[in-house]
Amino acid sequence: MPTSKHRAVFEVNGKAVDIEVESRTTLSDCLRHQLRLTGTHVGCEHGVCGACTIIIDGAAVRSCLTLAVQADGSQITTVEGISFDEGLTPLQTAFRKHHALQCGFCTPGMLMTAHALLTENPDVDEEGIRHVLSGNICRCTGYIPIIQAVLEARAAYKKPENA
Amino acid sequence: MKLPPFEYACPATLDEAIALLASRDGDAKAISGGQSLMPILAFRLASPSLLVDLKKLKGLDQIKIDASGITLGAKVSWRQIEDDKRLATAHPLLQEMISHVAHYQIRNRGTVGGSIAHADPAAEMPGFSVTCDAKIVVKGSSGERIIPAGEFFEGPLMTVLEADELITEIRLPPWPAARRWGMLEFARRRGDFAMGGVAVFYDLDAQGRAVDAHVGVIGAGSIPHRVPGAEAAINGTTVDETAILAAAKAAAAGVEPLTDIHASAAYRRNLISVLLERALRAAVAR
Ligand SMILES: Cc1cc2nc3c(=O)[nH]c(=O)nc-3n(C[C@H](O)[C@H](O)[C@H](O)COP(=O)(O)OP(=O)(O)OC[C@H]3O[C@@H](n4cnc5c(N)ncnc54)[C@H](O)[C@@H]3O)c2cc1C
Ligand code: FES
Ligand code: FES
Repeated sequence: MPTSKHRAVFEVNGKAVDIEVESRTTLSDCLRHQLRLTGTHVGCEHGVCGACTIIIDGAAVRSCLTLAVQADGSQITTVEGISFDEGLTPLQTAFRKHHALQCGFCTPGMLMTAHALLTENPDVDEEGIRHVLSGNICRCTGYIPIIQAVLEARAAYKKPENA
Repeated sequence: MKLPPFEYACPATLDEAIALLASRDGDAKAISGGQSLMPILAFRLASPSLLVDLKKLKGLDQIKIDASGITLGAKVSWRQIEDDKRLATAHPLLQEMISHVAHYQIRNRGTVGGSIAHADPAAEMPGFSVTCDAKIVVKGSSGERIIPAGEFFEGPLMTVLEADELITEIRLPPWPAARRWGMLEFARRRGDFAMGGVAVFYDLDAQGRAVDAHVGVIGAGSIPHRVPGAEAAINGTTVDETAILAAAKAAAAGVEPLTDIHASAAYRRNLISVLLERALRAAVAR
């Protein structure tokens, strides 16, 4: 059965991208293999683990459940786009302080989800954080440290210059 | 798994989309939010030769509320329903049901039309549409059809939709402000598909007796459906404890749940009964 090829023009972490993608390539594979942005992790490839979470046009989404061709015309942020070249962001600092990661496989998805949530609602309470993070699976930490880290990181999102 | 091969098209109009779907003898599929179709493709449970993206179709992403009721465009997302402040009074049951659908990232993309077309028997939106007497508006090569939700679902992942038909909107009757309602479901983790769920509503007549009771269940059989026995046990009563227990009993008798890896049929039957009992108490207290 044939596939089709398409031009996709979008922005990743503020940089313009103009590439040809195959119809069946997921956005997660496109980011990792074509654009070499391997910060986005792929766990289950069918929407249940949340490791592949990225932000498209301001909304957190699963990049394994999006086709690369569907990214055409959008603005994308990956985990590479919410880190500094040197030093840690307040969100990363909070994750480190609370031991919110062990193996780190789920971490890009956790960070992207937390970043989207805190950008939307820096006043979110613990229940709200738990509700949102329920879409991300972590097999190491037991979640409590992640929730503590996100609770602490809220402060940084209340001041726009730190976001 | 990686997705099977398919071609992709992103038409700009509904008519073009329908023509593309009609061009492949049933082998083309629409993609809206992709939150059910992409997993199906990844599992290779389907391998359509063409995906027709609904992304560019205009006018299908509005929530309209007026005296004639509520109209949800097929591309309205879970997130839009969650964020629409008007719905807290215009249709509180809709917002409550949708609050149980999937997780944050999925809610940003998943759509009401996609959910109804997907027809998972445990999904909230198909169940909601049946419980609330929704009308499903579809358009295909041979024109428009308006299908009552109660006649739309044929089995798990099976509907009366033709291969070249698209859902365009879902129409809901108006929701009286004084209506009593309750909705409960049980899932091991919030956002997962329900092991069972119940929605109930009724109005009160001048004597304080329940009229026009609607009881709908999800995850309790091969399609979402209403439970006439439980509705009859509520109608004409003041919804006292006797009526609540009678309705709960009738609900257990009125469902044909399946046994699967998540729960046995007996467990689900009992679950539905308990959920209706609690949902009715919530309705009375509301
Ligand atoms: C981890 C996970 C958990 C989930 N949990 C839940 C849950 O608890 N409850 C729940 O209800 N859902 C759940 N979902 C599914 C989710 O709600 C989907 O968004 C929804 O079922 C389908 O909507 P979609 O827009 O993504 O459809 P798509 O995936 O794009 O399409 C689904 C099907 O509908 C067809 N279709 C799409 N739009 C139309 C249209 N307008 N007309 C005709 N056919 C159309 C497609 O061809 C396809 O066959 C979950 C999904 C995942 C990945
Ligand atoms: S890899 Fe996308 S949700 Fe698991
Ligand atoms: S840190 Fe290992 S999966 Fe979360």
